[in-house]
Amino acid sequence: MTIADLPWWITLPAGLLLIVGALLTLVGSIGMLRLSHFYARMHPPSMGNTLGTGCVLLASMLISSGLASRPVIHEILITVFIVTTSPMTAMLLMRAAVHRSGARAQRQLVMRQD
Amino acid sequence: MRRPPILLISGLVLMWLLLNNTLSPGQVLLGIVVSAGMVLYFRPVRPLQPRVHRPLAAVKLIGRVIVDVIRSNIAVARIVLGLVRERQVRSGFLHIPLDLRDPHGLAALACIITSTPGTVWVDLTRDGSTLTLHVLDLHDERAWIRTIKERYERPLMEIFE
Repeated sequence: MTIADLPWWITLPAGLLLIVGALLTLVGSIGMLRLSHFYARMHPPSMGNTLGTGCVLLASMLISSGLASRPVIHEILITVFIVTTSPMTAMLLMRAAVHRSGARAQRQLVMRQD
Repeated sequence: MRRPPILLISGLVLMWLLLNNTLSPGQVLLGIVVSAGMVLYFRPVRPLQPRVHRPLAAVKLIGRVIVDVIRSNIAVARIVLGLVRERQVRSGFLHIPLDLRDPHGLAALACIITSTPGTVWVDLTRDGSTLTLHVLDLHDERAWIRTIKERYERPLMEIFE
């Protein structure tokens, strides 16, 4: 079966999911540009990491299952790996930022005392 | 002799089968041999063993997290697109007293909190008593603390402790 032969009840939800996932990721990226400071900018990109990726993977499951005429669900693994690994970078960035701002505050304190 | 970690082995077998995208008996057997061999061989370097007491509670928690992720995605999207004009969005740090001590439970809590848009795990005090989060929309601190403690911490304590 090719993509063109897929019935509408697979292509329509898959298309919608792709659009929603792409929009969520776009909004997340806009948020990273628009929000005012580092800590606030940490939050929006995780939209693309969670629901954005989730929608795209669901669409992928639908299309591949339709093409193979049997359930294809190994996309679940991608979700599991993203959910367990992406918090690592987020926490690392967050702690680095806290550490740096703490160091800067201390330096300013020292300068003021001088 | 410690109980062999059945849950970890079956999880790895499941992962093996998903990666190969098959259910053929040969692959099932191969998956079991590889997973069990790896788990038993690497046990000495991983002394901490999680005890999952209530698998059903874990399934329920996963469902709850999925719902929360969808809801907070919508909430963060509204903030980014400036749809919350009626009030000022104030982000800030939040300190939460924590009762959960199991390292696996804490790891799961960290993944849940950081994966959910709008909250990021920042720090845990050395004695594990206070958790610091950064919250994008911190208009009601008490509500946030209640949510984290009741929706996530309590089920995690039931599962891991």
